[in-house]
Amino acid sequence: MAHHCTRISCLLLVIAAFAAEGHRAATAQTKPYAGTAIRFLAANHPWTEAIKPLLPEFEARTGIKIRLESYGEDQLTQKLTTEFTAGGSDIDAFMQRPLQEARQYVQNKWYTDLNPLVKDPARTPADWSFADFQAGAVGTEMVKGQLTGIPIVVEHEVLYYRKDLLQGAGLSVPKTLDELKAAGQKLSDKGKGKFGFVARGQRSPAVTQFSSFLYSFGGDWFNQETHKATLDTPEAMAAFKFYGAMLREYGPPGVLNMSWPQAVAVFAQGNAGLYTDADSLFPNMLDPGKSQVADKTGVAVFPAGPKGSVMYSVTSWGLAMPASTKKKDAAWEFIKWATSKETTTKTQSVGAVPGARGSVWDSAAGKAKFPADWVAAAQASAKGRSYDRPLVVQVGKARDIIGSVIIASIEGKDVESAAHQANKDFQALLDAEPK
Amino acid sequence: MRFEGFLDRHVRWVFPLPALVFVVVMMAFPIVYTVWNSLTGWSLSEGTPPDFVGLKNYVALIRDQRFLLAAARTFYFTVLAMAVEVVLGVAIALLLNRDFPGKRIVNSIMLLPMMATPVAIAMVWLFMYEPSAGVINHVLRVLGLPTPLWIAGADSVIPALALVDIWQWTPMIVLISLAGLAGLPADPYEAAEVDGATAWQTLWRVTIPMLMPTVTIAALLRLIDALKTFDIIYAMTGGGPGFSSETLNIYTYNQAFSYFSFGYASSALVVFFAIVLGVSLLVSVTRRTVEV
Repeated sequence: MAHHCTRISCLLLVIAAFAAEGHRAATAQTKPYAGTAIRFLAANHPWTEAIKPLLPEFEARTGIKIRLESYGEDQLTQKLTTEFTAGGSDIDAFMQRPLQEARQYVQNKWYTDLNPLVKDPARTPADWSFADFQAGAVGTEMVKGQLTGIPIVVEHEVLYYRKDLLQGAGLSVPKTLDELKAAGQKLSDKGKGKFGFVARGQRSPAVTQFSSFLYSFGGDWFNQETHKATLDTPEAMAAFKFYGAMLREYGPPGVLNMSWPQAVAVFAQGNAGLYTDADSLFPNMLDPGKSQVADKTGVAVFPAGPKGSVMYSVTSWGLAMPASTKKKDAAWEFIKWATSKETTTKTQSVGAVPGARGSVWDSAAGKAKFPADWVAAAQASAKGRSYDRPLVVQVGKARDIIGSVIIASIEGKDVESAAHQANKDFQALLDAEPK
Repeated sequence: MRFEGFLDRHVRWVFPLPALVFVVVMMAFPIVYTVWNSLTGWSLSEGTPPDFVGLKNYVALIRDQRFLLAAARTFYFTVLAMAVEVVLGVAIALLLNRDFPGKRIVNSIMLLPMMATPVAIAMVWLFMYEPSAGVINHVLRVLGLPTPLWIAGADSVIPALALVDIWQWTPMIVLISLAGLAGLPADPYEAAEVDGATAWQTLWRVTIPMLMPTVTIAALLRLIDALKTFDIIYAMTGGGPGFSSETLNIYTYNQAFSYFSFGYASSALVVFFAIVLGVSLLVSVTRRTVEV
């Protein structure tokens, strides 16, 4: 009896195995990666919030399981760097800040170059359209000929202003930095806790938002051909002095500890008249749930300096694939889907995350979530510079060096000696970098 | 059978083995590895394997203005916080060292700051310190007093951070002092009373000298802890404004995890380790002399 039973169960098992095999063969054509799990490291960012609800649809269609982990942006960088250094990492895809990390990661050969994948018609159908991505956004992702990631979020520096306050003071929206200064002065009433101007004053975070001031004064971080630091040129010095004076004279006390969350808070509580920062932050100012001045806030192009209005226009976030992943095909499937026209349309139209696809910006759905003046400012800014910090491997250190001049300027200290010192330190950093 | 025999014969090695393994893996190895790293030029941004550079990192450290300032700042913060904590802690202990209704409740409340999570404390103080919207400056404004920049000012940031440390750790000095006071013998007090000493004289000539050994130990324990303070500083200022609150711990963290210069960061850590070790040795030496 016992023997008999075993024989029958054996038979059943074999039949079941055949059936399962047949099923697998059937799915292999439509779902070649069914059952694959992709470990995806993301940042705590509106894009991540927007993509999360879309994942089940991707998982159902492909059978790929996405294991999402999200971290604060600095924690993400640390997590990635330590995992890649330690080796044997099982990360398959990650969100990256190309300007912050890409040079270091290329140096360490931690990326899968996406160029061959994008160009291979067998893996990337033509209608996915790589050409649809804005050229500047792709430019940020290209490092030493490698395509380090696919752009998902683009940013430009813009001017947020209080319509009511400017009107009340009989001023028009500042179009030049001189007008910005005049308006900052006129809107300031420090005794009453009203500040004409606010922006980032914290050592490292301030550097990126200072960049448009630097460029518009005609300065730059360093000469990319000669690798000579240019932090103490007359143009750079003028920009440092201008930015510091604006915050010292018309900014809130405590600005030295302000990154964007603190600066946004001052503006959204109605205590500042003008604010320069990334356009992607706009929901904090324009969403009535987050801002007390939502209906009174306007967005304009970054004001022109002596050398015109030269703002940054960068890819702040992209999707990248580590060199170490063993699931390149499935990971590419995921990245391709997450950056496709359809997905971008959704993240942009539902989540209000500004993406990098031209065709989505041309569509009504792409613009729906954004105020008209914001769209106009963002589109006018697309021509800006494709970096908001120096393009070096040691970005963190470079930002600290530059930030110390900004701090000195806000504190009203000797900007010239601070800039000379920073230039010396920055030159030493450049000399130590691989060319 | 054979195995059991082996165990029996070497039982004096077998029992401490887990502890030994723990110490080697979790304490000895990291220290030795850090010292080794400090002799290399290991940097994650160069894409090359670590190379042996000898004492180069240490030479660079001595010349690094930022490191020297961070070291000075660490001592400034530590001494400031510890001095106030000791004086205030002993004073409160003397005040509480008598019977009054609700004494137990007061003692329990005293414990609360020590039990709170440092980062949560940091967040609360961060809001309270906010120069324009924070509650502290609001109160000062109402009272017509000047409103400092607190952690947003280069000169006020270290005292402001020390104040948080004082708020959190004075209770520890209070508790240790209270325990010390409870253990004091009664005879000297009786003698003082017979000699007609005033309360003030009793305090300065009898209580304080007898309490001194306990206070010294409490102070040295605080000293070591304050030297190593990282959490509240990192959460509140990240070393800012500028580098005005960058202590040795924050400096090392920046070198390692922001600049990815692991070799250089290791050398700073070794120096820092030597400082803390020196102070710890001081503690044990003092403790011995006190006990003798």
